[in-house]
Amino acid sequence: MNTRPETLIPVIGVITDVRLDTPDIKTFRVVTPDGKKAFDHRPGQCAMLSIPGVGEAMFSITSSPTNTEYMEFSIKKCGCVTEWLHQAEVGQQITIRGPYGNPFPVDDEFVGKNLLFIAGGVGLAPLRSVINYCRHYRSKYGTIDIVYGSRSKEDLLQYREIIEEWATDEGINVHLTIDREQENWDGHVGFVPNYVKELGFDTNKTAVLCGPPIMIKFTLEGLRSLGFEKTQMYTTLELKMKCGVGKCGRCNVGSKYVCKDGPVFRFDELDELPDEY
Amino acid sequence: MFKSSLNSINEIFAKIAENATLYLPSDNKDGNAVYTKWENGVVWSNSLNTVKSPKDFFFPQVEDMMAFKTEGKNIEINDIREESEDFVVFGVRACDVRSFDILDRVFLVDPCDSYYANRREHGIIISVACTKPSETCFCKTFDIDATNPGGDITVWKTEDSLYWSANTDRGRELLSKLNLEECGDEAVNEQKAKTEAILNKLPLANLNTDGFGGDKTDALFDRPEWKTLSESCLGCGTCTFVCPTCQCYDIKDFNTGNQVIRYRCWDSCMYSDFTKMAHGNNRLSQVERFRQRFMHKLVYYPANNDGIFGCAGCGRCVSKCPISMNIVKVMKTLGGND
Ligand SMILES: Cc1cc2nc3c(=O)[nH]c(=O)nc-3n(C[C@H](O)[C@H](O)[C@H](O)COP(=O)(O)OP(=O)(O)OC[C@H]3O[C@@H](n4cnc5c(N)ncnc54)[C@H](O)[C@@H]3O)c2cc1C
Ligand code: SF4
Ligand code: SF4
Ligand code: FES
Repeated sequence: MNTRPETLIPVIGVITDVRLDTPDIKTFRVVTPDGKKAFDHRPGQCAMLSIPGVGEAMFSITSSPTNTEYMEFSIKKCGCVTEWLHQAEVGQQITIRGPYGNPFPVDDEFVGKNLLFIAGGVGLAPLRSVINYCRHYRSKYGTIDIVYGSRSKEDLLQYREIIEEWATDEGINVHLTIDREQENWDGHVGFVPNYVKELGFDTNKTAVLCGPPIMIKFTLEGLRSLGFEKTQMYTTLELKMKCGVGKCGRCNVGSKYVCKDGPVFRFDELDELPDEY
Repeated sequence: MFKSSLNSINEIFAKIAENATLYLPSDNKDGNAVYTKWENGVVWSNSLNTVKSPKDFFFPQVEDMMAFKTEGKNIEINDIREESEDFVVFGVRACDVRSFDILDRVFLVDPCDSYYANRREHGIIISVACTKPSETCFCKTFDIDATNPGGDITVWKTEDSLYWSANTDRGRELLSKLNLEECGDEAVNEQKAKTEAILNKLPLANLNTDGFGGDKTDALFDRPEWKTLSESCLGCGTCTFVCPTCQCYDIKDFNTGNQVIRYRCWDSCMYSDFTKMAHGNNRLSQVERFRQRFMHKLVYYPANNDGIFGCAGCGRCVSKCPISMNIVKVMKTLGGND
């Protein structure tokens, strides 16, 4: 028997809760069969989930490391693995391996800073981990602003948590927006990048952007025009992944592997890489 | 330094094979040299090198990794990894010895790939110095010495003799079991000088790496020549499959009926669906995929590995590409080599 440690061999995870968050995103709670967390992680890191015979796919761990009981994943239905997961019930076992990737610098560069989180759609998943981590260690950070947008009210991920917990915290400002007017919505209407410009943030903040590439592009431009430097803005990249450990050769941008050197990058670091993401 | 007569090679092979499975290049019925398990009657090939590289020994083309059984909502994960048996690979050329170093730097760095490490720990490499390098060889470009190939044991071949020298502890241990006669290194030096003279006259002898290296992303990435270079590329992946240093792999599941086997297999960055995912594909055209293969070998790999290039100059892609495109043409076009 080859008994060397092997990261590609997963462990078993049990789905203990499934929440329909939006029409196409479900949030899954996962623990090991003996009821523990499968492994520790840092905010922004990911895990490979799989169903044998269906496939493996990478997801951000959306729960905060400060949650010592379970991990959560918010998963958007879009292909084989994700569709299979969407029909899974509580008690279903899956496999899980990780953690993979680098975390957000919550214990160094973020400390003492005012934080501005900007997310679009399922892009909230990785940010939720950071936001809840920062809420847990609240005194280590300055003000927290959260701008979050989706197509419609129904498409806003973790709506209840945002309204009931984040928005009621002192020192946290939540700015929600949806793409088009709809009934029973009296909040802001418009795309995230425009909303960010309208809100006109002070540059004394560290910004974190997560969402579809087009949203990132225009939000970045907006923040730049407000005077933000690339060195004070972070984002995450998403490329096709198989191994998660920089060996299968799939997720590189230039000499960096997104699974290992990312997915978290500061915008000035991205400038060093070829434009292929 | 130890010496044996060329005539006694089969006795030596038999001795090596007593304790470990021995593989060596032998001609198949089509006359192509392929690594073959040695047994009485298997003849060591005279060809310069094998068609396929020896990377299979450590990183097989297809490899079962684990098995799953599912019952209702439950899953059972079975670790099916076995400890490899000891084996010896004889006849490895200098370029391919370098390729193991190139692969080690991918698979053995943390988190170490246990499948690869297991085979690497059990495999002894006996290299053979080249005497007739061919016109597609350009190992020298990457500072590889074809007259001094390395591995656990190095063997030099002359008209009638073989000369043996161990480079590692396990090489010394194996060599001591072969009971060869000790000798000086004059004959080897003479042979080296002859090969050196051929190497210096090879058509690709002057190919150099100026213009490439870890810091050349900006200088090379947007060069317009990628378009013409990649124009006829079929995306067939032949270059990546014959290459001893190409490391990309896929992980897949196969349902046998009563269990699921998760296996890995070689993949190719030249394939159109290699990076295709839910929200798109970051390498949409063959230009981008073609560029990736060569930028990886000549820029990205050295950037991550102390300047060592990811090509060993073996020339396999040069002789096997159906449209005669290859890394040499890329280097000549983009590096100002001529
Ligand atoms: C670092 C990282 C973090 C991520 N975090 C999250 C997260 O928190 N939440 C989330 O929902 N998602 C996340 N993703 C995305 C997630 O990994 C993908 O949605 C997931 O891999 C899709 O898997 P699937 O098997 O369901 O889709 P697939 O079956 O792979 O299909 C996805 C789409 O691509 C197409 N496709 C894929 N392969 C092929 C092929 N070979 N040929 C033709 N078409 C193909 C399919 O038609 C389909 O439209 C993350 C990805 C990364 C890299
Ligand atoms: S790129 Fe071509 S010449 Fe270089 S190691 Fe691979 S097959 Fe050999
Ligand atoms: S370079 Fe040649 S061998 Fe490689 S994928 Fe293109 S056509 Fe095939
Ligand atoms: S997922 Fe394999 S190298 Fe990044």
